[in-house]
Amino acid sequence: MAEPMVIVDDLHIVYRVFGAGGDKGTAAAALLRMMRRQRRPSIREVHAIRGISFVAYRGDAVGVIGRNGSGKSTLLRAIAGLLPPDAGAVYTTGEASLLGVNAALMDDLTGDRNVVLGCLAMGMTRQEARERYQEVVDFSGVGEFIDLPMRAYSTGMASRLRFAIASARSHDVLLIDEALATGDAEFRRKSHRRIGELRTQAGTVFLVAHNLNEIEETCNRVIWLEKGRIVMDGEDVPAIIDAYVQASGGERRERTPVSS
Amino acid sequence: MSGPAKRGLAGPGTLSGATPPQDEAAMLPAEPLADLAAQHGLRPSALRPSLPAYCRQLWQRRHFILAFATARNVAMYTEARLGQLWQVLTPLLNAAVYFLIFGVLLGTSRGIPNFVAFLVTGIFIFSFTQRSFLVASRVINDHMSLIRALRFPRACLPLGYVVLELQQLLLSMVVLFAIVLISGEPVTLYWLLLIPALILQALFNVGAGMIIARLGAGVADFSQLLPFLLRTWMYVSGVIFSINTLSALKDHAKLQAVLHANPAAVYIDLVRYAVLRSQRLSMPGAKPYNQSHCAFYNLHRSVEPYWSAYCHAAPLSGPSVLWLLGAGWAVAALVIGFVFFWRAEARYGRG
Repeated sequence: MAEPMVIVDDLHIVYRVFGAGGDKGTAAAALLRMMRRQRRPSIREVHAIRGISFVAYRGDAVGVIGRNGSGKSTLLRAIAGLLPPDAGAVYTTGEASLLGVNAALMDDLTGDRNVVLGCLAMGMTRQEARERYQEVVDFSGVGEFIDLPMRAYSTGMASRLRFAIASARSHDVLLIDEALATGDAEFRRKSHRRIGELRTQAGTVFLVAHNLNEIEETCNRVIWLEKGRIVMDGEDVPAIIDAYVQASGGERRERTPVSS
Repeated sequence: MSGPAKRGLAGPGTLSGATPPQDEAAMLPAEPLADLAAQHGLRPSALRPSLPAYCRQLWQRRHFILAFATARNVAMYTEARLGQLWQVLTPLLNAAVYFLIFGVLLGTSRGIPNFVAFLVTGIFIFSFTQRSFLVASRVINDHMSLIRALRFPRACLPLGYVVLELQQLLLSMVVLFAIVLISGEPVTLYWLLLIPALILQALFNVGAGMIIARLGAGVADFSQLLPFLLRTWMYVSGVIFSINTLSALKDHAKLQAVLHANPAAVYIDLVRYAVLRSQRLSMPGAKPYNQSHCAFYNLHRSVEPYWSAYCHAAPLSGPSVLWLLGAGWAVAALVIGFVFFWRAEARYGRG
């Protein structure tokens, strides 16, 4: 049997959200609340993951699908170790790195500084960072914009650079949250290939995407979440995706032939 | 990847949520998952590393910390037209404002020889700690995206910012030297004491900054409150007056001792002692006690500001005591702060 890389054991995650409304939001209301010794009414609990279990193995590329708010991103953050479980556990081999769409790194710094800092933060030495630099820049396709601050980048350029930085190192477990959604066709092809490489470099990749074709092209397994629970989990990717599309009332998809 | 044969399996109408092709249970191994994890050496992902391992990781990221500080330093003023010049202008303007208010308008300068150099030293040294604390209180929330994107020991962030503030301080030290020399102080070997004094202060800032970083990450109200706490701290730390010779403190030895022992006052006094000869000469206790000279000083401060040296030394004001206090604060803050910050390591990404 293949070696397990990620084990999720009856995981529950509860968010405590502050400022959820229910308060007038004025200073007087806050004072009154404290005098009455009430708890903040604006704290609301959101049970985002309700008992998920699965095992992912070395070399797996797992697509996670589901509607908005079904707990996909939460699951990824829990695997990355960024959200402590309220019940259950997540076990991983080595380190899990999350690559999210909002991971802006440092907006006010130039692209090239972001590359170097990102590489160093991932634990490379100065020497390694220097060696990898050109490769990362070339892969991102950011070109002459590399010496501009990242806030001047288009969404697509920024996410390309982020992906290029994060994939410069081989990860034991790489979690990708919609990071490729904004790339153009050429970049998607490149990143698709890179994810394949990461898989063969003894890693496990998780991919959250709303683009189902992307999941189908990239993943050998898919997990369908609904309201924090697993509806389906299996290696017959097209079948599960079709079932998901049908359940969400969509048309059957036109599958574009893939050049992988 | 998806051949026609595979697609045939998922023909329309043959599948629904009720009859999944492979249900969840089929994908799970038979044995308990926790046992499987233990068997293959998997570890809980939200577990923080052990303290020695954390230190090792931090040491491994030393290049990141330095590069991060430098990059931030460069980025800080890129929007301003005067650019990096602000690194020197900011402390200068600060000193000018305080001199106007406390030296000229309120007259706290009475009885302090070379008040301008005294004041500028105090402000520069205090603002090193002040700015370190302010950035530390926001550092986790300000870098949430970085924290969520990459895995690295989070202590890199407060550490990087103290390095950044140290770089800024070294620039203001150049300004300080200029002011000190212009105001007529000589260059002496005592200036070398500046190096250990700043090292101790930096270590203290790192340690205390980590405590503040964790508090600021957990309680949003804290970073709102901090500026007021810091301003109060500044006013009691002898930045704009001398704890040694303030007449209001003359008969309150205990209070004077407490004020002297507070870390900001300790590091300020150490630097003043190193850089300003006027301070070394006028420190109470610097000369043998002389009752009439001391009484004269207390009556006519501005006439003979150096005669404070003939008074009794204030409690906890001697150089050797100050060095001990400075080292003690640095070590205590570093140890407590580092452990305190490390204990919440797994929770910083929550936001």
